[in-house]
Amino acid sequence: MGTNGLAELSNATFVAAIVLYAVAMFGYAIEYAFSRRASMAAESEVEHRELVTVGAGGDLPADDAPEPDDAPANNSGITPAQALAAGKVGLVAMIAAAVVHAATLALRAGAVGRWPWGNMFEFIVALCLVCVVVWTVVVARGLVARRLGLFTMLAVVLLLGCATRVYTQATPLVPALNSYWIAIHVLAAIIATGLFLTGFVTAVLHLIRRNYHRVTERGGTLRFPFTIAPRLPEESRLETLTWRLHVLAFPIWTFAVIAGAIWAREAWSRYWGWDPKEVWAFIAWVVYAAYLHSRATGAGGRRFAPWIAILGWGVILFNLFGVNLFVHSMHSYAGV
Amino acid sequence: MSTTATPRRSVTSILRRWWRQLTSMRTALVLLLFLAIGAIPGSLLPQRNLSADKVSQYYADNPSLAPIVDRLWGFDVYSSPWFAAIYLLLFTSLVGCLVPRLRDHIRALRRQPPDAPSRMSLLPMHRELPSGLEAKKVADVLRRNRFRVAVREKPDDATTISAEKGFLRDSGNLLFHFSLLALLAAMAFGALYGWHGNRILVAGEDGEFCDSLQQYDEYGLGPNKDATDLPPFCLRLDHFTDDYLPSGQPTKYIASVRYGTDGAAPTTPYDLQVNHPLELSGASVFLLGHGYAPVITYQDRYGDKQTTVAPFLPDEGTQTSSGAAVFPDANINPKTHTADKDSEIAFQGMFIPAVPDQPPYTQSTSPLPKNPALMLTAYKGDTGLDSGQPHSVYSIDQKQVSSGALKVVDMKKKMLKLHQWSTLDDGTKVKFSGLREYATLEIRDDPGETFVLASAVLILLGLLPALLVRRRRVWVRLGDTGELGGLARTEYDGFGEEFDRLGEAIAATPTREPDKIGSD
Ligand code: HEM
Repeated sequence: MGTNGLAELSNATFVAAIVLYAVAMFGYAIEYAFSRRASMAAESEVEHRELVTVGAGGDLPADDAPEPDDAPANNSGITPAQALAAGKVGLVAMIAAAVVHAATLALRAGAVGRWPWGNMFEFIVALCLVCVVVWTVVVARGLVARRLGLFTMLAVVLLLGCATRVYTQATPLVPALNSYWIAIHVLAAIIATGLFLTGFVTAVLHLIRRNYHRVTERGGTLRFPFTIAPRLPEESRLETLTWRLHVLAFPIWTFAVIAGAIWAREAWSRYWGWDPKEVWAFIAWVVYAAYLHSRATGAGGRRFAPWIAILGWGVILFNLFGVNLFVHSMHSYAGV
Repeated sequence: MSTTATPRRSVTSILRRWWRQLTSMRTALVLLLFLAIGAIPGSLLPQRNLSADKVSQYYADNPSLAPIVDRLWGFDVYSSPWFAAIYLLLFTSLVGCLVPRLRDHIRALRRQPPDAPSRMSLLPMHRELPSGLEAKKVADVLRRNRFRVAVREKPDDATTISAEKGFLRDSGNLLFHFSLLALLAAMAFGALYGWHGNRILVAGEDGEFCDSLQQYDEYGLGPNKDATDLPPFCLRLDHFTDDYLPSGQPTKYIASVRYGTDGAAPTTPYDLQVNHPLELSGASVFLLGHGYAPVITYQDRYGDKQTTVAPFLPDEGTQTSSGAAVFPDANINPKTHTADKDSEIAFQGMFIPAVPDQPPYTQSTSPLPKNPALMLTAYKGDTGLDSGQPHSVYSIDQKQVSSGALKVVDMKKKMLKLHQWSTLDDGTKVKFSGLREYATLEIRDDPGETFVLASAVLILLGLLPALLVRRRRVWVRLGDTGELGGLARTEYDGFGEEFDRLGEAIAATPTREPDKIGSD
């Protein structure tokens, strides 16, 4: 097969990956809404507060309670057993999607004979793969229930959808990118960004769950998005997971920026020149550093923590889309 | 107490309070955030150090706003006093915060782990241990788990064992923060003692240049760097190789140069490429870009020919370029040796590397010089070059045109292919007589670089334990019964499991056999 054929195949697998992620999202959504475990998590929460009967703590991770799989729990016609099956279908679809997704990158690499992350489109595709892999590990370790994949899939599908707007044909590299540092600097940026994306998702869920507590304690009426909150895991579980993901991502981000600076010395003669991409990478670094400090500065800082994580992701997105598309930067390898 | 002491003391106490305020972690964090926010305008406004042209453009587009922005250092954000104020405050705050913490940490490293609290059941982690455990064995278990251990005999015949672990966290934390300071210092050092210059190097022997400030089109010299001690080297460009995809995307740039160090003539060849700088002692040479310099010959009304090599400035991406050629010494009467009044000549226009067969002719079909052409407009009069005012060499002085000092002269042929002549209205002639390549070079020396890199590596090395290691303490009390208590001094989700594991291991150590004690 010619290199053109590889590139076309890469595009086909890209579309297939998006479709499969959408299928996975749908499966997880059914499980989220109708499975027994999810509603048990929700009910035990209510019980917990109303009757103060402990025993079915809302934070049972694996929810290993037996599944009575007859009789729909509601009038939707979907039984808990069917919901569980939908979740399994979601998992299979997600893993199939990840394989196809990885093939997209591999085929592109084959088509152009270089690392498959030389422009903005490829960067986004790769970081989404990191996010999915990280998520799979998180679920496999039992840190959160499978059904929460709904939200990760949503984020991934949205971002991959954005990637189609900056689609770039598979081409060889411009001379400035022709360096082994592309493997180091960009790969580190991809891994860190993928982790930050996962952390962003859990930070949002944490906030929703926390505000849900606040609303119910006040006896207020629940509105979207807090209506989804009863089926989320415990607040502390989400907080810890968010924290861990960021703790992992931050040193990798630091490394990516340092590697970028070393490369900048080789390619542009100076390690740091306050180019807009550098400025915003630095701002993201500061914001995430503030997030990591927030837990050390007492309860007040802790309250802000998820907001800081969300702000950090906003900065990352601005650096990716805003700087690449609307600001004049030396670091413009978006290819669009 | 004397009356003068009171105000003095209150001043010192205010200062002390401010100092404590400044050196608190919260202030350092706020300053760090300010630094990030302060960096934003510099990424959105054009900056002089990146592109002076864009600043001029901004002035032209926003004539009323630009001076105000300028007064707030909006075009020089990263060298502005207010930006410096933020990072100097941050620097001070960090120093004030770190020095006492370093002292505390060293003290903690040398101190024995503190004694067990009297009521261990109040600790967050607590469990009973079997009675009759041997202190030495228990301490061994803890040591094997890499705790620092202190054993104390109590007056009530009990033994307490204190153990502490995770000092690497604070060591890493301090290393991280001190390296941050070192990084700032190294950057400042590089800015003080470094220098850089930009230079267009036209191919050929006459394009050769030797390092000295006058030879640079633009340069920056650190305040502590003397212009006289630039390293003496010479450079010459032999030729420039470039290659493109059919789409016009470049795939290869190679500047084949020769260099000579210590004042020697440039003879040693080197293939200068992006990502592949030429490292000389005291300076590195980087390839930033390339372009074409048309050779333009002008024959004046006395038949005198003058030739100039005029580098043209390429548009981004394509090699269609714009530039100017000025002949201030044209039309000098050979008899009187004086210049005719107002008959200096200048040309301004575009260079098209591959002119298409059909208009628009400015749309080059390739970045390679497959069918090069010049499109020129001729001007005659006072070029303003003698006024001594600095002015871009890529265009004629527009002020001279608008004031009427320079007037357009019609030309027979507007587009010149290589080696073609065109006649001006006054009978003089111009020729596109040749084409040279040039490379845009940056020559830079930053003596702070190595220290910056070392600091960055230390930042990373400090960061890992600072984030991943947890501090925790456990205590064992062995008396009539045994107890184990634990305290995680930092957020630590896995401490429960570790505590249980330790508990099992300690409980499994051999106990003293009561009869054996009796027989001894
Ligand atoms: C201090 C210097 C640098 C910093 C702070 C930096 C920062 C970043 C960041 C944050 C990204 C993530 C994606 C994005 O936001 O666009 C990125 C990606 C990338 N960087 Fe850098 N970078 C630096 C130097 C360089 C240099 C010198 C090169 C090559 C000459 C380079 C090439 C790339 C490429 C090809 C990508 C992926 C494609 C893209 O998204 O644009 N970077 N860099």
